[in-house]
Amino acid sequence: MGSLRIIWAIGRKDLLLEIRNKDVVVAVAGFALLVLVIFTFAIDLNQGNAKLVGPGVLWAGIAFAGVTGLNRAFALEVEGDTLEALMLAPISRDLIYLGKALGNFLFIAVAQIIVIPVFAVLFNLVVFRWEMLAISLLTTIGFSAVGTLFAAMSVRVRAREVMLPLLFLPVVTPLLMAAVESTSHMVYGRSWSDMAQWLQLAVAFDVAFVVVSAFIFQHILED
Amino acid sequence: MNKILDLLDPLLILSATLMGVALYLIFIWVPTETNQGAVQRILYFHVPVAWGSMLGIFVVSGSSFMYLLKKNEKWDRLAVASAEVGLIFGGMMLLSGMIWARPVWAVWWTGEAKLTTALILFFIYVAYLMFRSYFPPGAQRQRLAAIIGVIGAIDTPIIYFAANLWSQAPPPLITGPAADAESTLGSDLGTVLLVSTLAFTFLFIFMVQTRYKIRKSEDDVVELKRASSASAMTGVN
Repeated sequence: MGSLRIIWAIGRKDLLLEIRNKDVVVAVAGFALLVLVIFTFAIDLNQGNAKLVGPGVLWAGIAFAGVTGLNRAFALEVEGDTLEALMLAPISRDLIYLGKALGNFLFIAVAQIIVIPVFAVLFNLVVFRWEMLAISLLTTIGFSAVGTLFAAMSVRVRAREVMLPLLFLPVVTPLLMAAVESTSHMVYGRSWSDMAQWLQLAVAFDVAFVVVSAFIFQHILED
Repeated sequence: MNKILDLLDPLLILSATLMGVALYLIFIWVPTETNQGAVQRILYFHVPVAWGSMLGIFVVSGSSFMYLLKKNEKWDRLAVASAEVGLIFGGMMLLSGMIWARPVWAVWWTGEAKLTTALILFFIYVAYLMFRSYFPPGAQRQRLAAIIGVIGAIDTPIIYFAANLWSQAPPPLITGPAADAESTLGSDLGTVLLVSTLAFTFLFIFMVQTRYKIRKSEDDVVELKRASSASAMTGVN
């Protein structure tokens, strides 16, 4: 119980900051929407190919946009010199990680609440289904688990904006494949059992990276 | 005297000799494969190079893990040396694979599971080396690089599983070249492959060892500079 409250306290702190300045969610949602709109020009969309390319465009957009948001996750802490304060707090490092990951999860999730309806309109696809919720949750958990770890690592790197996507994107490729493939199954109206393998893969990815990242995080913050 | 590039290093001599033998075997001794023709000879180059890049990835993850455990410099040096050499081998593997794929499969590239996995791993190790060159030197850089090495190792089976699932319905291809060649080449293929793989393995070890020594002397220079500036400071006081 105690650790859950610590995680929530860190997540809530980021959430409060975000509610006041709306930096991250607006950046992520705006970037992702732009990717979608640019693709509607780049691809000659019609009823036939919307189902084919739509899921790929959606998740590529969210992945690219997510990186821009994750870049901010620890940048604010460094700019405000609050990272030291966080490290001085008498709590274990894995809880700091989980708290920060919770914040990032919420930001990317809220951005998707804006992006996915627009995607549905632009690509004329039915996405308001339970399958979409499951895919979106699983993908966002994995994105924020890996992203929080790499964002903490690249915060002191020069050219941080370049480094994070180079680390993040190859590592999340399997999760991205799972998201795209299961969304494809969904827009073609197939059943849960068709996408079961992909959802299992996403679950395995999430479990592996949440556990490993929480465990490994202490090595990142120590000086 | 411990020279960095020792041209009389037994590993180098062994590798060069075996490389010569392998070239003879590949281009003169072994008969041409009937299904694919002369282009099949790329196999004797492609497989050893792929093996080298796998060896590189294996050593990077192993020594990254050991570095996190023991915090000993030598594991970090081994990790960076084999990452660089492994990346070169990985690049050669991708290139030779493409040159081979074009005449045999009629495409340069395909979404086959092993290809996709190899390409993504290639990118992870590019990121690993870029991270090292972007990050200010010191113990923290080594620790963070080791974390990337470990993450890459954890990701590998997941990538392979995903790529496998993703490419489940590819167009029919002439798959496993070895299975195909068995009918006409039999044990000859194994012999050539063995010699060639040994030659490349020794080359790999030699290159990693040389890079390790360079890394060591780079560290020594930093250490010397620190020591001399420290003694200069005490001299003033």
